[in-house]
Amino acid sequence: MTDHGWMAAEASPDDRFSVRRYGDRALLVEVAGPPAVTALRTALEAAPLAGQVDLVPAAGTVLVVLDRPPTDADVTALRRISPDPRPPDVAAPLIELPVVFDGPDLDEVAVLSGRPVRDLVQALTGAELTVAFGGFSPGFGYLTGLPEELRVPRRATPRTRVPAGSVGLAGPYAGAYPQESPGGWQLVGRTDAVLFDVDRDPPALLRPGIRVRFREVR
Amino acid sequence: MLTVLAAGPLTTVQDRGRPGWAEIGVTRSGAADRAAADLANRLVGNDPSAAVLEVTAGGLRIRAERTLLVAVTGAPAPVTVDGRPAPFDGPLTLTPGQVLGLGLPPVGLRSYLAVRGGIDVPTVLGSRSTDTLSGLGPAPLASGDRLPVGRLAADEPVVDVAAVGVPSSRPVLGVLPGPRRDWLAPAAWTTLTREPWTVTADSNRVGLRLSGPALDRARTDELPSEGLVPGAVQVPPDGAPVLFLADHPVTGGYPVLAVVRTADLPAAAQLRPGDVVRFRPVG
Repeated sequence: MTDHGWMAAEASPDDRFSVRRYGDRALLVEVAGPPAVTALRTALEAAPLAGQVDLVPAAGTVLVVLDRPPTDADVTALRRISPDPRPPDVAAPLIELPVVFDGPDLDEVAVLSGRPVRDLVQALTGAELTVAFGGFSPGFGYLTGLPEELRVPRRATPRTRVPAGSVGLAGPYAGAYPQESPGGWQLVGRTDAVLFDVDRDPPALLRPGIRVRFREVR
Repeated sequence: MLTVLAAGPLTTVQDRGRPGWAEIGVTRSGAADRAAADLANRLVGNDPSAAVLEVTAGGLRIRAERTLLVAVTGAPAPVTVDGRPAPFDGPLTLTPGQVLGLGLPPVGLRSYLAVRGGIDVPTVLGSRSTDTLSGLGPAPLASGDRLPVGRLAADEPVVDVAAVGVPSSRPVLGVLPGPRRDWLAPAAWTTLTREPWTVTADSNRVGLRLSGPALDRARTDELPSEGLVPGAVQVPPDGAPVLFLADHPVTGGYPVLAVVRTADLPAAAQLRPGDVVRFRPVG
């Protein structure tokens, strides 16, 4: 055991994921991408580690927070989980998000994706998206499943104020802002769906695993 | 019921926070110095889940509207009742109309006021804590607020005074290597654990910003955002580390060089601007 990262250097036997120590209450599991993140998150929700208090799925990692120091047995247990993406869960709820496509960056995104605005809107409403993870702010979901040609870079200069309900694109993700906040995503539209409500159960509309379609409204 | 006559620079309601919501972007929050908040609850015989007041840099004055058993812990703010000195770190009875005041603590930053029964504001996602980052939970206290007292009292309190040390303005915090130590230059860990770090003025419940020698990156590409924990020492591009506290963002996109051990988080939460902290590698 070295003085740091004693698990960091150890990849899984088949190099599919590694487990990193993260202080004295957490382990960070590194996987190949969003589908493997989903597989790992689903497995840990169904069969939590002893003392598991929180899970933080992200783009290529799942942070497992415990109420006790992690042990070698936890690492072994995490390695036994198959990070193989399962077939899409057809039982996962499908949410239709009503979107008015009049965002300030709509024209620029059309140019960047090499198609007229009408075709862009059709491509966006035709895609079946999945919430891969959250984390930016309460109720924000990173939606994966965009067609390759709709992947556009973030704005060079982030906006200091993005209104609540704005629908945007950035890299491989689409998303909708539950609260007004700063943001660098390319804004293509807006939704009046209530994305986050602490008095609702569940409070977040876009939770990891949920399938989403944009439905155009005018 | 108690009435807030003065709220000081920042007083919030805090309990043990809202764990379990990270995947929808909600951070844990809760008392920044959990040990002091737990002690305050114990001194008045509260259930550990009872909400207390977290008083930043003193300045709080409250009036009891009925007989209340209270205790003040954490940063040793001078306690007064109707202007006369009163005990710290021990239970104290206020009769109706009496005014409890907290002065500026000589060391430390956050004092905790527990009331037997707990502060009974409505829960949000299972907690009464104010999350200053997302705005979840009750607004910070303002003068004129009236706070109900709940029924989260457990056993009759048995402790008269707690023997705890006062916070240090020059603490040494134990750190474990972070998950992305390899993203920083090899010297970064040594620099972090050998040099003194000064807490800067733009520190808050989200985190402490530290000033010291720059910590250089080994990799300059973009790290995809990943989960954070309280105590994570993250190094942004400017090389000045941030030590995250209770209201840390759920995820962050800069490498975490080190993680303060859980036992030393209370000491970190008591640091105020100008204090000097050192980090010592542990197990």
